[in-house]
Amino acid sequence: MATSTTKALAGEEPPGAPRTTGGERTARRRSALLHRLDVKGAPFAFVAPFFVVFAAFSFYPLVYTSWISLHDVELATLDVMEWVAFDNYVELWGDSRFWNALQNTLTIGVISTVPQLLMALGLAHLLNYRMRASLFFRVASLVPYATSVAAAALVFTMIFERDFGMINWALGAVGVDPVNWEADKWPAQVAISTIVIWRWTGYNALLYLAAMQAIPADRYEAASLDGASRWKQFTHVTVPGIRSTIVFTIVLSTIGATQLFGEPLIFGQGPNGITGGADNQYQTLGLLLYEEGWKNYQMGRSATVAWAMFMLLVLAFVAQRLIKRLRSRTS
Amino acid sequence: MGTLGSLRTRAVATVAVVGALALVAGCSSGGDSVTGGGKKDGKVTITMGLFGVMGLKETGLLEQYEKENPDVEIKAEIAGDEQTYYTALQTRLAAGDGLKDIQGIEIGRAKEITETQSDKFADFAGTAGTDHFLPWKQSQISTADGKVLGLGTDIGPMAVCYRKDYFEKAGLPTDREEVGKLWEGDWNKYVEVGRTFKKGFKGGEVAYMDSASGLFNAMVYGHSEQYYDEKGDLIHDKNPVVKDAWELSSDAADEDLTAKLRQFQPGWDPGLANGTFATAVCPAWMLSHISEKAGDANQGKWDVARAPKGANWGGAFLGVVEKSPVKEEAQKLVAWLTAPEQQAHIFKEIGNIPSSQEALQSDDVKNAESEYFSGAPIGQIFGAAAQEIPDKQVLGRKDGTIKDTFSQGLALVEQGTARDKAWNTTMERIEKAVG
Repeated sequence: MATSTTKALAGEEPPGAPRTTGGERTARRRSALLHRLDVKGAPFAFVAPFFVVFAAFSFYPLVYTSWISLHDVELATLDVMEWVAFDNYVELWGDSRFWNALQNTLTIGVISTVPQLLMALGLAHLLNYRMRASLFFRVASLVPYATSVAAAALVFTMIFERDFGMINWALGAVGVDPVNWEADKWPAQVAISTIVIWRWTGYNALLYLAAMQAIPADRYEAASLDGASRWKQFTHVTVPGIRSTIVFTIVLSTIGATQLFGEPLIFGQGPNGITGGADNQYQTLGLLLYEEGWKNYQMGRSATVAWAMFMLLVLAFVAQRLIKRLRSRTS
Repeated sequence: MGTLGSLRTRAVATVAVVGALALVAGCSSGGDSVTGGGKKDGKVTITMGLFGVMGLKETGLLEQYEKENPDVEIKAEIAGDEQTYYTALQTRLAAGDGLKDIQGIEIGRAKEITETQSDKFADFAGTAGTDHFLPWKQSQISTADGKVLGLGTDIGPMAVCYRKDYFEKAGLPTDREEVGKLWEGDWNKYVEVGRTFKKGFKGGEVAYMDSASGLFNAMVYGHSEQYYDEKGDLIHDKNPVVKDAWELSSDAADEDLTAKLRQFQPGWDPGLANGTFATAVCPAWMLSHISEKAGDANQGKWDVARAPKGANWGGAFLGVVEKSPVKEEAQKLVAWLTAPEQQAHIFKEIGNIPSSQEALQSDDVKNAESEYFSGAPIGQIFGAAAQEIPDKQVLGRKDGTIKDTFSQGLALVEQGTARDKAWNTTMERIEKAVG
């Protein structure tokens, strides 16, 4: 060891390197390199599959979509692209169909998300009580979520049918005039929201339930010792206790509402589904994207709608962040 | 432990990376055949992509061909909705993958195919034994330089299907000859009869016709030029034929003569089953739909009368994909399927009217009667209607889309929108869709 230190000091070898033969040294170096690769590289190798898949199925389409959105291109002839710069975006900005779809997306989003989350909260609260067959009810609340959109939407379409639907029949039984669910704007949007609510309430309820069960029981004990009613306990212990989960479900539902597509498409059926009703009365942004791409075969304009949707989500979250920061500053 | 651990990590990492790359690579390298068909051990597999009820599989023709040609196996995939089918076909043509050896082509798409995809379909020009078609039928699927991209299956001559029992309740004649005379030569008279029907009908709420768009299509398709002129320019906004059809259909909608249904959408089928309307303008291929959806309970209540004027609504072709590994065999199959005997067979079984002149002249077709429609001589009615179809029919690239958009515009009128406003909306939409 001593000799190696002096030699190292003399600058012939790096400090700490043992004196060995050339072959051993390279072998050691290789194993050191491998060790370093193992420590530093392995984590990257482990996450690589995700990023490779992400690059292929998310990033590449994203970039390609933005490229397409700057062109005039038809589905049948994808190899013939005409550069139009931002014309598609300008056109979309001036297109009343876009604003109509945006408005519908917002209204359907609100009338489906708000009742859905409130109902989920109540349902989770009930499921959180000790009761018989709680497992059955928990599984039952997940069943709608496990149903495919297509099947659910098809059944609801029949229920909401104008002439022979169950709902109009029930309305008729109590002497109310039948409602033209598909053709009128608000009834159509309510009907579509019903499908969304039906499918997602149980799913959100289970998320809430999981969060509720993580709330320490002594908080409830303390609250009941202080004489808080069940309702008071709910508003003062449960809701604050699961706040982060509520935020999470709101974020998820917002993204889901922005991309709403399957329910209105099947609710309308055929050409009417694609345009969101004869008057576009329930055309969402997702449907507009589909109409441009797969009915009009204009891929450039379709990609533009996709990017507009993406940017809207980004905008929404930036705005939400800003509001949060402003609030924390003022308080 | 360290070496073992790192070895294992390395092995896992390598597998993970290779696996991910393989996953990505797997997406780009498809199978050997682009169409699914091929030859193996002396056996030929031919794949077909069809839509709706074209009658090829439904009437057992494919099975018959397989029996007569034991070395051939046919796999047919049938999409219910033509719009969905065509969208998928477009995507696959663009990708050059996932196609079938034989693809069905609806008449509304024929022009788009001949203009933009002619290099992707095999040429039938000069194929022996294919000179029996109505002359205008083959010209619709031919390119400007004389390529024939497919062979015709059925055509869509028109008649009016009506409920005898409802006509009786409204004090109108029920005999198909007399009913045909009521509106002979003029669609205005058909609507006029509707007014009489509405005034005279006692016993419940029954609309005169199913939808305004049915009437609109029937009127528009009776003329050589519809939405495009011969040069290929759009004339949908100035063609008087379209405007007239729009006005009369709007009249019918405004006067509540329609049941405000959308044809081929779910509300229409229960409407047929429960009898909420008395008439429907029906191309030949619609008979099978009506009899199926109206059901046994209504057998004998429906009848068929001649339409005021001839028109051609619908019809299809069979094309063969150029890149198909079994191109010749597929073309042979298409020629057989569209031969006069087979077309006559389909007509007898389900009522799709042949596009073959020879088949139309055959006794099988001429003497056919429909039991469901009160024994109506549908062979004679539709055969005569086929003769009235204009010899020249100008198709356009976006015919199918424009037709759908007009149907929606008329649905707006049926829902209470003023017709001028609905017309302007329709024009805007068409501009968006085809521009």
